[in-house]
Amino acid sequence: MKKNFNHALFTALITFIVSFPLLGLSLKSGGRFMAIEGANDHTFTMIASAILMVFLFQLFRDQILGLLKQIPTPSLKLHVLTDMPQAKRNHMENWFTFAVVVAAIIWPFLVSRGSIDLATLVLIYVMLGLGLNIVVGLAGLLDLGYVAFYAVGAYSYALLSEYFGLSFWVALPIGGMTAALFGFLLGFPVLRLRGDYLAIVTLGFGEIIRILLNNLTSLTGGPNGIGGIAKPTLFGMEFGRRVKEEGNSLFHEVVGIDYSSSYKVIFLYLLAILLVLLTIFVIRRLIRMPVGRAWEALREDEIACRSLGLNRTIIKLSAFTIGAAFAGFAGCFFAARQGFISPESFTFIESAIILAIVVLGGMGSQMGVILAAIAMTVLPEIAREFQEYRMLMFGLMMVLMMIWRPQGLLPSKRPHMELASNE
Amino acid sequence: MIEELFYFIQQLLNGLTIGSTYALIAIGYTMVYGIIGMINFAHGEIYMIGTYVSFVAIAGLSMLGVEYVPLIVLCALVIAIIVSSSFGWAIERTAYRPLRGANRLIPLISAIGMSIFLQNYVVLAQGTRDLAIPPLISGGWKFGPDSFQASLSYMQLIIFITTFVCMFALTLFISKSRMGRACRAVAEDIKMANLLGINTNRVISLTFVIGAALAAVAGLLLGLYYGVANPHIGFIAGLKAFTAAVLGGIGSIPGAMLGGLVLGLTESFTAGYFSSEYKDVVSFSLLVLILLFRPTGLLGKPDVEKI
Repeated sequence: MKKNFNHALFTALITFIVSFPLLGLSLKSGGRFMAIEGANDHTFTMIASAILMVFLFQLFRDQILGLLKQIPTPSLKLHVLTDMPQAKRNHMENWFTFAVVVAAIIWPFLVSRGSIDLATLVLIYVMLGLGLNIVVGLAGLLDLGYVAFYAVGAYSYALLSEYFGLSFWVALPIGGMTAALFGFLLGFPVLRLRGDYLAIVTLGFGEIIRILLNNLTSLTGGPNGIGGIAKPTLFGMEFGRRVKEEGNSLFHEVVGIDYSSSYKVIFLYLLAILLVLLTIFVIRRLIRMPVGRAWEALREDEIACRSLGLNRTIIKLSAFTIGAAFAGFAGCFFAARQGFISPESFTFIESAIILAIVVLGGMGSQMGVILAAIAMTVLPEIAREFQEYRMLMFGLMMVLMMIWRPQGLLPSKRPHMELASNE
Repeated sequence: MIEELFYFIQQLLNGLTIGSTYALIAIGYTMVYGIIGMINFAHGEIYMIGTYVSFVAIAGLSMLGVEYVPLIVLCALVIAIIVSSSFGWAIERTAYRPLRGANRLIPLISAIGMSIFLQNYVVLAQGTRDLAIPPLISGGWKFGPDSFQASLSYMQLIIFITTFVCMFALTLFISKSRMGRACRAVAEDIKMANLLGINTNRVISLTFVIGAALAAVAGLLLGLYYGVANPHIGFIAGLKAFTAAVLGGIGSIPGAMLGGLVLGLTESFTAGYFSSEYKDVVSFSLLVLILLFRPTGLLGKPDVEKI
């Protein structure tokens, strides 16, 4: 009890130090003038109650933790999935996927425009998460600059459509290829680095791309970005009110219905669904191919791989390049959807969010990535009500989720044998 | 000709100034990495908090009527160190300790989350716009011909001296003291150190506290040097310091010092002779180049693969 009391006193003191100087005193300054002001009473009450809570919790922590243990924790449904045999789980997942796809296709006709927009955003993150999943989850290469390839894809489409008037459908493969080329060029020198060295180099690469986009003003428009990017068309049909480009027709005229702005939103959403399905399909095939097996083998044990005669450079490079290509596709779509892009959209925080999606999803599992992408995009949207607390809560959520489920929402499970390890 | 020489000297001085503060922050990354092998992404935010707290302390002290500048700076330093260390301790306790032993990506994500949290905590508390304080220590020496004069401000001198003292004290602490020996032992082999009766939890907490304290020193120094702060300075400073730590060989304390100086000099010479917009591009490219030829950094120990 005495030990707990000392500890409680200490943590309460720390809470005070951590909260009071920044929250309680606010600095006003300008020119040669500076002063501090105390915050309002409400803030002080909050600080005091926080300190009291920490103190009481630490003082009675044994009792509280004991009480908490007695409450049966609601067992998560996901456990059922992870404990199932792999074949059965695959079978169930297939049916589930089919049902979800059908629901996802019907769904936009029933809900509001805002939710479709949000769902499209989720789908972009799903695509990015699936792409990064190849690099981080399957091949085990820590990439902190994934957003660079996303940016390359987006700018490829924006520039191609601005300077050469290429349509979305032509630019999409080109954007993916360009991003893949960048991935290849970056991967070639750096993939012999290990673990965290690779992380900082990719992070640096992401920053380099952003700085270049910001400073090559004549080409990319610098911080102002590129606007007025053409929207995708459906077999030459545009979704605007009037035809923007010669030779195109209008969707509502061809089909013979009244113009509505929501057609465009629904079309973009369905397009995103299509791209995501394609991504899922391709990656599923890749995982079953020798190269996919090699990725996972390399992640598990590099030395064993090399002694079996696998060329680690080629394997790593293929993962890096293919991952980059998917980011490129996502970028193209993003540029087409937004109609406007600027380096602002490709900051490190995006990379961090995508990485968080992969890790939270459970490293290597596709369903997990999709679930996590939904969680990471929809939760901040819900938290929009809290205005200024939004990002604060987002950061906190990332920490709490890692503590709550370090193995991810749906960790991928493959048939394997494990040596008893005493760690 | 002689102007060019003095221009060169000026870039050298600027580079050393900025480099030594990078080195101070980089030590926090490298020590934590050396002991528990995680990238403490929130470390840059600790530096930012150090700047903010020292600004608040300076403003508070001058409101109380303290006018003797060295006293103000010293008090601000002590307060910034106390607050930042508390942050360092609390972060380790809440966000990293529960995750010890998990896959190494997990603490990384948690650290990124913590970094977002801290940044927005300061935004919430102090607003998002730039805060400026009037220069406390101004003036300096000028030397060179009339056409171009290189200058060494008092502030720069203070940065050199403080950094040197901190580095010296840290080296002494690590190599001579009992706790420093424990630190080295834990970095060598954490399990073995535990078996030998070293309180590894305490050593890990201590590493975070030392790193945070040095980041607070850097925060105060750079805060006074530039005179402005905003809640987003932590990210870029942290990125640079992390680059410096990797450049010098992550896990090695002399490496972090060297890496910081190399990075600072590269930046300042790029800005001086080429273009200040591309200084980050050049420093990251330098990082890639160095890692290509020395995959574990300048002073890092080569990785031995044991089968």
